[in-house]
Amino acid sequence: MYQTTYHRASSVDEAASLFGKSSEAKFLAGGQTLLPVMKQRLASPSDVIDLGKIKELQGVELSGDTLTIKAATTYYDIMTNADVKKAIPAIAHLTSVLGDPAVRYRGTIGGSIANNDPAADFPAALLALGATVKTNKRSISADDFFKGLFTTALEDGEIITAVSFPVPAKAGYEKMRHPASRFALTGVFVAQTKSGEVRVAATGASQSGVMRVPAIEAALKANWSPSAIDGVSISANGLLADIHGTAEYRANLVKVMAQRAVAAAG
Amino acid sequence: MSTVKLTVNGKAVAVDVEDRTLLVHVLRDHLNLTGTHVGCDTSQCGACVVHVDGRAVKSCTMLAGQADGASITTIEGIAKGDELHPMQAAFRDNHGLQCGYCTPGMIMSAIDIVHRHGGQLDEATVRSELEGNICRCTGYHNIVKAVLDAAGRMKVSQAAE
Repeated sequence: MYQTTYHRASSVDEAASLFGKSSEAKFLAGGQTLLPVMKQRLASPSDVIDLGKIKELQGVELSGDTLTIKAATTYYDIMTNADVKKAIPAIAHLTSVLGDPAVRYRGTIGGSIANNDPAADFPAALLALGATVKTNKRSISADDFFKGLFTTALEDGEIITAVSFPVPAKAGYEKMRHPASRFALTGVFVAQTKSGEVRVAATGASQSGVMRVPAIEAALKANWSPSAIDGVSISANGLLADIHGTAEYRANLVKVMAQRAVAAAG
Repeated sequence: MSTVKLTVNGKAVAVDVEDRTLLVHVLRDHLNLTGTHVGCDTSQCGACVVHVDGRAVKSCTMLAGQADGASITTIEGIAKGDELHPMQAAFRDNHGLQCGYCTPGMIMSAIDIVHRHGGQLDEATVRSELEGNICRCTGYHNIVKAVLDAAGRMKVSQAAE
C-alpha cells in the first residue's frame, strides 16, 4: 500500500469538509473493498476518510412502509436486525450470503453501493425494490443511481447517508455464489410491490453492471410463479463472460436464479 | 505517522505507526504477537482473524487507525495461564490441525461462531460459518469436529462460571 493519511470523521459534515481539504481523498466505510484495492496499489488516495464510526450513519429504522438502513450499517448488523427480518426478509437473506462472517462484520451497505461492483449483491436489491439513496446533498432513485461498472451518480465528495426501501408485498433473492470470492456469479432479486408492480434486477450478469430484466418482469406480472419464467428467453448479448462462466451460462442463470428467488419469495 | 491506542489481550498499548499500517502488522511487527498469521493477504483465507471489540474480523483488511480505541483479542489472549481455551483444547484433542498455519484464525473464528450460535450449532452450520477460513491440510473434518466439541465444552464452562 502506498502512503496515505488516515482521518476518522465524527460527523458527515466533518467528513465532507475533510474531503474538500484533501487532494485525492477516498471515503472508507468497512474497507472490505477499498483496502484490498489499496494493497494491490490499484488505488492510492492521498487521504482516507473513515465514515465507519459516525453515529448518524448507523442503524435501521422501520417507519410505516419504509425501511431505512443507514449507510455505515454493517452487513452483520443488517442481517440480524429484527426490523429488516420482519419488513424485508429477502434483504436479511441477501446479507447472509454476502462475503463471509468476518467480511460481514466490517462491510457496509453504503460501501457496497458506492463501489457498485458488477457482481455485488446490494445493487440488485436496491434496483428491484425501487429504493432511494439518500446522500448529504440529495435523494437519488436506484433507477438513476447505478451508472455502469463501478460507476454511480455520486458526485465527487458526496456521501451516502442512508438507503430507503419501500416495503414490498413479496421479495426474494437467490444467487449462484462464486465459491472462492463469494461474489455473485449471477444473482437475481425479485420484488412485487404493494401496488402489484413487479421489478426484477440481476447482478453479476451484465457487462454494464446491475440491470433490470423486463422479460421476466412481464412474465411475473402476468403470473407470479417460478413456472411463469419457463418460457422466457434471456439474450446472452452484453452479458459477462470469463473463466467462471460464458455469457450463455449467465443468461441461463438469470432465469434459474429468478425462478428460485420467486419460489423463496412465496 | 499516528499514535494508535489499543487494548490488546487486556493490556493497554500505544504504537506510533504509518497511517497505511494494517492492524495485523501492528500485532505482529510492533507488539510481537506473531500468533496471528498473514496467509493470503487478500481477505480470503482467515489466517489473520482476531477479535475487535468482540467481533472476529480479518486483521489484514483493517487499518490500525480504524482500530484506534478498540479492544483486541488475539490467539495469545484466550488461554488462562497454562489452561488452554476450550476451543484450543478441542482442536488438540480432535487433531484439528496439521501444519497449524491456519489454526489461530480458525480458533478465533470458531470462538466467534460459538458465541453467535450458542447451543444451535450443527455440522452444516459450522461448515458454512467457516467459509472465510481456509485450511490446506486437514480437509476440515477434524476442524468441524473440534468446533462442535468445543461448543459443548464452552457451554459447560460458561455454566460453571
